[in-house]
Amino acid sequence: MNTPSNLRFAASHEWVRLDGDIATVGISDHAQAELTDVVFVELPAMGRSVDAGDPTAVVESVKAASDIYAPIGGEVVEVNPEVEADPSLVNTDPYGKGWIFKLQVKSAADVDGLMDAPAYEALIG
Amino acid sequence: MPVQYTAIIEEHTAVRTACGIFDISHMGQLIVTGANAASWLNRLLTNDVADLGVGQGQYTLMLNERGGVIDDLIAYRSGETAFFLVVNASMIDEDFTWLEGHLDQGVTLTNESDRWAAMAVQGPKAVEVFSKVFPTEVLPPRNGIAAMAEGGIVCRTGYTGEDGFEFFGPAGEGIAYWDHFVAAGAKPCALGSRDTLRLEMGYPLNGNDLSPDRSPIEAGLGFFCDLDKGDFMGRETLAQQKANGPELKLTAIRYLDKGPPPRAHYPVASADGVVIGELSSGALSPSLMAGIGMAYLPAEFATIGTQLQIEVRGKFFPAVVVKKPFYKPAHSI
Repeated sequence: MNTPSNLRFAASHEWVRLDGDIATVGISDHAQAELTDVVFVELPAMGRSVDAGDPTAVVESVKAASDIYAPIGGEVVEVNPEVEADPSLVNTDPYGKGWIFKLQVKSAADVDGLMDAPAYEALIG
Repeated sequence: MPVQYTAIIEEHTAVRTACGIFDISHMGQLIVTGANAASWLNRLLTNDVADLGVGQGQYTLMLNERGGVIDDLIAYRSGETAFFLVVNASMIDEDFTWLEGHLDQGVTLTNESDRWAAMAVQGPKAVEVFSKVFPTEVLPPRNGIAAMAEGGIVCRTGYTGEDGFEFFGPAGEGIAYWDHFVAAGAKPCALGSRDTLRLEMGYPLNGNDLSPDRSPIEAGLGFFCDLDKGDFMGRETLAQQKANGPELKLTAIRYLDKGPPPRAHYPVASADGVVIGELSSGALSPSLMAGIGMAYLPAEFATIGTQLQIEVRGKFFPAVVVKKPFYKPAHSI
């Protein structure tokens, strides 16, 4: 299982990449493998303000619908139209083309509360 | 049985294009024997067992006094005065109690559900898999049942719309048979693909699409109810509904565009946004890559071509009433 060391992870299996005050969010390789066959992604509305832990997007496999939570608080400033058109990108490239939304974060320091790659790998065992 | 062994779409595709195997050991087997077995069953089941020659089976329903569905099952005539009933897992005890409560002279009822391990081997290559495992045996024709030399039972039936068979072997030998079928080319498949395969065919699932408050006429299963064979449990309701037309009909609905997979209990609305029912089953069809579902709707909304909407998390997705099956297998017998 692939866990890039430059990312932070939430216990609910989202990843975050911080560039300045913009946080890109997707789901981990482990999460996509568990979901299998992602067939639909529901993106959040642009400009929506979210707190850490808020259900912000929905990823659906044939099996089930899963909420994607905001790992940290912020405002939705960009969504990925490519995963809406081709949801399987979440499976095939979870840390790249499969990103889901970007937040302008309230406080970049919030990222420090998330797990680093070794801690996340320990979590998923 | 888990929801998936590998992934639902992969397992689904294996059954549509090659061969898959489902562990259906949880299903129930009830044995009915005796001089009056046929006439007694005919008073408790909707289809006419007198149509069955020895070695033949039929889809049929067990109804309550109100004509509501207790269970749907396959009744096989395994001998002149012997029947093998395969019933839903969750209904074994209820079916048995119901039948026992209506038992008649000259009829013996036995629950053999713990005795049999069962596997459904399904797909265009199922016959090939069977021949590899049992080179000296021959499969019965469609809907047929046959006793096998090694003590097993094989039926040419399934729940996928594909050719295939359901095999019953002694419970203690279940794992060994499973391994033989897998080694012969059957891919392990689980509940998720079992549900998408049956839904593509428009086959009902008891508990979702069938209930004690809905009749087989409302469920669109009138073909399996012989109203001319004499009286049977629930017949009066069916005759009335058939004469007057049912108020509700189990309706097949398909998305017009892409959308989130429809799922059971999602509201169904008319084209102008009035909620008129809810999905009893729903899924993304892996064969069609479109959302499909079934719902009990007022008859005026059940005509093929009627535009509807399915509500998912507060948003409405356009859909249309279609003819069953949603998908026509390329390989069925």
